[in-house]
Amino acid sequence: MGKAPAKRSLADKVRKTKTSTQIKNNPFEVKINRKKFEVLGRKAKHDVGLPGVSRSKANKKRKETLLKEYKQKNKSSKFIDRRFGEYDTKMAPEDKILQRFTMERQRVHDKKDVYNLNEEEELTHYGQSLAEMEKFNDAVNSDDESEEKGLLSAELTATHFGGGGGLLRKKASGEQEEDGNQRAKSRQELIEELIQKSKQEKRDRQVQREEAQELTEKLDQDWKNIQTLMVKKTPKADKQEDKPKLDEYDMMVRELGFEMKAQPSEKMKTPEELARVEREKLQKLEADRLRRMMGDEAEHSAHAQIHISADDLNDGFILNKNDKKTVSYQDGKWNIGEESEGVKDEQGDVGEEENLEAEEDGEEDEQEGDDEEDHDDDEGDEDDDEDDGHSDLDSEQESEDDERKQEDKASDGNSKSLSAEEMKAQQDAAKAELPYTFTAPESFNDLKDVLHGHTPDNQRLIVARIQKCNHPSLATGNKLKLQNFFGFLLEYVEELATRNPPELTVIDKLIPELYALCQMFPDAACRSMQNILRDAGHSMEEALEVKGHASFPDLVMLIYLKVTALLFPTSDFRHPVTSPAMLYISQALTKCPVRSLKDVTSGLVLCCLAVEYVALSKRFVPELVNFLLGALHLAVRDKASLGYSVVPPFRPSGKCSSLLVLSNSESYKDWSKKKLPLSATQNLDLKTDLDRDSHRLTCLATGLDLVKRCCLLYRDLASFKHIFQPIGTLLSKHLPAQALPEPLQELHRQILETISAAPVTRSPLVFEKKKPIPLRLFKPKIVEVVDDRRKRGNTREERENERLKHKYKKEFKGALREIRKDSRFLAAEKLNEVMSRDAERKRKVKELLGSLANQEGEWKALKRRKKK
Amino acid sequence: MAPAKRRNVSSAKAAKQRIKTAKIDLNDRVELILQSRKHANDVFDVLEGLQSEQEKDVVNAIDASSKLFCTLVERTELFRGKLPEEEEALKGGYSAEEKYSIFMRHRYHSCVEMLLEHLSSEAYGVRESALCSLMKFAAAVGQHPLEDLDWSEHYSFPRELIQTVVDRLLCKTTDNSLLISRFQEFLELEDVRYYVMSSVRASVATVMEKNKGAEMSLYQNNVFSLMSNISMPSKESDLSNFMVKQAAKHEDWKAAKLHEHKRAFERMWLGFLKYKLPSKMYKSVLVVLHDSILPHMSQPTLMIDFLTAAYEIGGAVSLLALNGLFILIHQHNLDYPDFYKKLYNLLEPSIFHVKYRARFFHLADIFLSSSHLPVYLVAAFAKRLARLALTAPPTALLIVLPFIYNLIRRHPSCRVLIHKPSTEDESLEDPYVMDEEDPAQCHALDSSLWEIMTLQKHYHPDVAKAAMLIRRPLSVQEDDIGEVLETTTYELMERDLKIQTKNIPLEFETAVQLLQGGGDALGQNFCLE
Repeated sequence: MGKAPAKRSLADKVRKTKTSTQIKNNPFEVKINRKKFEVLGRKAKHDVGLPGVSRSKANKKRKETLLKEYKQKNKSSKFIDRRFGEYDTKMAPEDKILQRFTMERQRVHDKKDVYNLNEEEELTHYGQSLAEMEKFNDAVNSDDESEEKGLLSAELTATHFGGGGGLLRKKASGEQEEDGNQRAKSRQELIEELIQKSKQEKRDRQVQREEAQELTEKLDQDWKNIQTLMVKKTPKADKQEDKPKLDEYDMMVRELGFEMKAQPSEKMKTPEELARVEREKLQKLEADRLRRMMGDEAEHSAHAQIHISADDLNDGFILNKNDKKTVSYQDGKWNIGEESEGVKDEQGDVGEEENLEAEEDGEEDEQEGDDEEDHDDDEGDEDDDEDDGHSDLDSEQESEDDERKQEDKASDGNSKSLSAEEMKAQQDAAKAELPYTFTAPESFNDLKDVLHGHTPDNQRLIVARIQKCNHPSLATGNKLKLQNFFGFLLEYVEELATRNPPELTVIDKLIPELYALCQMFPDAACRSMQNILRDAGHSMEEALEVKGHASFPDLVMLIYLKVTALLFPTSDFRHPVTSPAMLYISQALTKCPVRSLKDVTSGLVLCCLAVEYVALSKRFVPELVNFLLGALHLAVRDKASLGYSVVPPFRPSGKCSSLLVLSNSESYKDWSKKKLPLSATQNLDLKTDLDRDSHRLTCLATGLDLVKRCCLLYRDLASFKHIFQPIGTLLSKHLPAQALPEPLQELHRQILETISAAPVTRSPLVFEKKKPIPLRLFKPKIVEVVDDRRKRGNTREERENERLKHKYKKEFKGALREIRKDSRFLAAEKLNEVMSRDAERKRKVKELLGSLANQEGEWKALKRRKKK
Repeated sequence: MAPAKRRNVSSAKAAKQRIKTAKIDLNDRVELILQSRKHANDVFDVLEGLQSEQEKDVVNAIDASSKLFCTLVERTELFRGKLPEEEEALKGGYSAEEKYSIFMRHRYHSCVEMLLEHLSSEAYGVRESALCSLMKFAAAVGQHPLEDLDWSEHYSFPRELIQTVVDRLLCKTTDNSLLISRFQEFLELEDVRYYVMSSVRASVATVMEKNKGAEMSLYQNNVFSLMSNISMPSKESDLSNFMVKQAAKHEDWKAAKLHEHKRAFERMWLGFLKYKLPSKMYKSVLVVLHDSILPHMSQPTLMIDFLTAAYEIGGAVSLLALNGLFILIHQHNLDYPDFYKKLYNLLEPSIFHVKYRARFFHLADIFLSSSHLPVYLVAAFAKRLARLALTAPPTALLIVLPFIYNLIRRHPSCRVLIHKPSTEDESLEDPYVMDEEDPAQCHALDSSLWEIMTLQKHYHPDVAKAAMLIRRPLSVQEDDIGEVLETTTYELMERDLKIQTKNIPLEFETAVQLLQGGGDALGQNFCLE
């Protein structure tokens, strides 16, 4: 038992003496793990083992760890290494050593050697402290470096590459001198001299450095003082002065280089080009509008998401459709209208602000635009500040800015020339009285006070100025102020419309401002209009619930509806503002009974609005046709045997069903078409029968005009014939052209022609052709093929699980083995201890017994000697 | 009376004081009369109060007299049996006791007379307290009958009193609906209800006969409000709340039997509906017919005549009659020839605009849900509805379109209406004849629903989307119409207003004037004045 470890340790000892190659070549050390199969391309890790080596390694490790622990067992005192960073594994050993060294030095320095110059000696490299060099904070030197570029003196090379060469050389020269003059000097003296010299040198250097430091600081101070004076000048210029003059050629090259960098700006656009750009923009917007009108926005995006494969033709199909529409639309008359407006709107694309400024410039002279100039100045200041920050790029930016400004000026000039004549009169009036800055009104009453007593044009000016003075880019709170301002303006519109007589011209003037504000804050505008519509719809609903019918919306509401159409696109398939507005109109047309000429007028305004709402989208509004039929029915004299049926709110006969029948059938002779006043929807007093008749005829004319428009709008509908059949019957049988004044006869004829010209035949309905369903193109299912011996589990998780289990098992076994080995090692160690203790005891006993035997022997010898 | 007292409290101080004294005075007198018979003549003071001009005084006097006579009836101090004339009583050989009771009985009668007069008084307060007092008298007299009850088959109930009260309530000249709704409280009592029903019948019969069946809107209004206030019990066991508790033979009493109630109810209604009604009354009767009249009749089939007559009238009345007819057809096996033809002819543009639109479509949905209907009929309905949809508001369209789709789903052979593939590319005029009354002759099956195609261009996005569905084969699942029946335009508006979009599209055409844009329809016809 006891021998095996001893042997082993002996073997270990032997092994230690040998190199690894020796061991590997020794066939007795090597254990070859036999392979059953030779697999090509597989690298086996464990084909060869060195059991002896690994055993000795493990033994060694145990001796270092386990044995130490064992020895330390039951001992309370401990040896702790308190050197710096001893147990810090993160620190590199070099760092540790360095840190320890510096700490040591510091301690020494702190205590007693404060005044000891000699002991202060640092480790230097050619006169420079190594510690200093480590820190790399010698700023002055780095500056010098750049200046001394290209000067390859011996000194320099020496400093850079010489290492300790210089010192050596000096030493050497010094020795030579000493050799020559005072050979007699002892070694001691020599050393002292050397030390002194070096100390002197060091002091000099220190002084020099301090001076340099001082000078730089002073220079900095001075620079700061004059910096404010020469803002524009770049520091580059200073440098150039300091430096030796550059070659002229170099300068040229550099200048050229900078010039090359300047970005080519866009060239000035000719008016035609501007118009084209404008038209393209409008075309884009129009295409966008058409897309919204079709209502396929959501679908489109949905398609994009569930995109199946490239074979799917669905997307392309719809796109084509869209394109076609756009093109056909461009060729229509819409385009012409755009172009004429394009010229007007040229200034618009520069941006809202500029646009307004331009307008105001047109209206006022430079001296008046104080606030604008201030604003400009502010901007300029900001620019300057920015300039300080940048160095070289500024010049480019400035040049760009200049160019842009020039452009702006050009466009400003255009607008000036355009608007100069128109604004001349206003200009004069404006010069007379109006102030130029306005604070945003805090409440509706503020606004009313501000606008009170001004002419419509001036009111518009004031509103424009309020809007401009409080542009959101000027202050943070302005956005909210202007959003509220929009609401106040709407309230103001309401007030204007409720006045008697309504001041519609003022409202007309305010429209551009409302539009501008709406463009600025679509959300707020949308919310305000929605609230108005919600309230109106709610009150109508309540009236319907209580009374069963409602009265026609008042003038204010009609104007709001019109304004809605001006601010928001009416052709959208679904729009948060215009859709409810359209619903409101339709409800008013169906639920409000017509009881007076005033109601007829209101209804006709609503019809006009409905026609305008669907003018672009050509959507079908049944209520509109119903109402027009009913309105025409009001003019039918003989209500018997109608041949068509009117729809509520109209009644075939009874009270108020002959509102438009002329009281005097001769009165149409001296009637001429003129426009109906909008105020007739609010208060209509017609005193004489003649007035009343002429109003009736005008209403009839309006109704016929609207019918004509409807006919043209709905010509392509499948049921056109059935929709307009009642109107056709009415016009041909009950309201013949002979009974109408001459201007209306033409209209009458046109309508009947359109109705009769409509195609009556239709092909039967069929479902849309199903687009071929593309074959499902599945992604191939990729199964990972792992050529492993143990291929358990199919999914990745299962395999991972298996792997982990296996690993755990292996580790568990390994740990058990290790523990067994540990305990074996410890047992051996204990045995060793016991054995050695026993051996010691044996030895001592032996010794004692020996000495006792000696004593005994001696004593016996003495005794024998005595005996003898 | 509680309401009267409350009024006292709320009135001005001085008046209050005066009324208080008057009231105390009257109450004292009542006490005195009740205490001893020597104050019997004070009853004239109480009755005098009934004739006062002041509303408050009258109310007080009514209170006092009701208290007085109720107590007297309870004490049975009123003369029972056949009442002799007052003079006769004084002359005849009656004891003093009897004379007193005869005297009081006469005063009681005059008091009832006056109270009945007050029932048609101007002031509601007076009318109300008079009514309450009369009903109190009825209760008291029912308990302690004033007539001799020698024959046992009669049950004690003051039928004459109730009859007169009802006659007064059903006034020919004033609208008594407020008082009648107050009377409803007493109609909760089973016996009162029973006798009121028979009295109403009698009253209607006499009044209308006298008037030779002509319309009497006020009277009929009163009758209707009284009759519609009658809520019938549904179970025999519910009959427990009586005004007059019968001492004996409670079980045999007619007023305690549900089927007797039902018969009385039925006779009352039939008697009422026999005569010509104003058209408004027609509608209001038809509105309540199906759930508060028909279930309580013993023989609902008796209503057939009325309902068919109403159905023939056309318009909204026909729509309303549908509901009652449906119950009769469905539960009572009524065979109605040409029902569907008539239903088909009910489809007019106005059905989308009337108040009872939701009810009509609900019923039409039920009628057309049978899968045994001939295809031509369903197709005719679908086509006609589609044609009418060309004049309908969006809320109605949102009902009609799913309705048509449901028809097509239930009757797959109607699919030709939206899908008629043909080999040759022919185009034809719509063969459907709108004016044809017979659905069999209108050629709906040869037609297609082009109207729905037209509605694909409707301005309201939801309608347009619903109309788009005919482009593809319809889904198998039926749409539930019930959800959309009650939608209002405001709800549709709200739905649109609530949509949250990040960036709201704006009009890009710069607005310069109020009357610009949109084809200039407004600008050409109107000016800013």
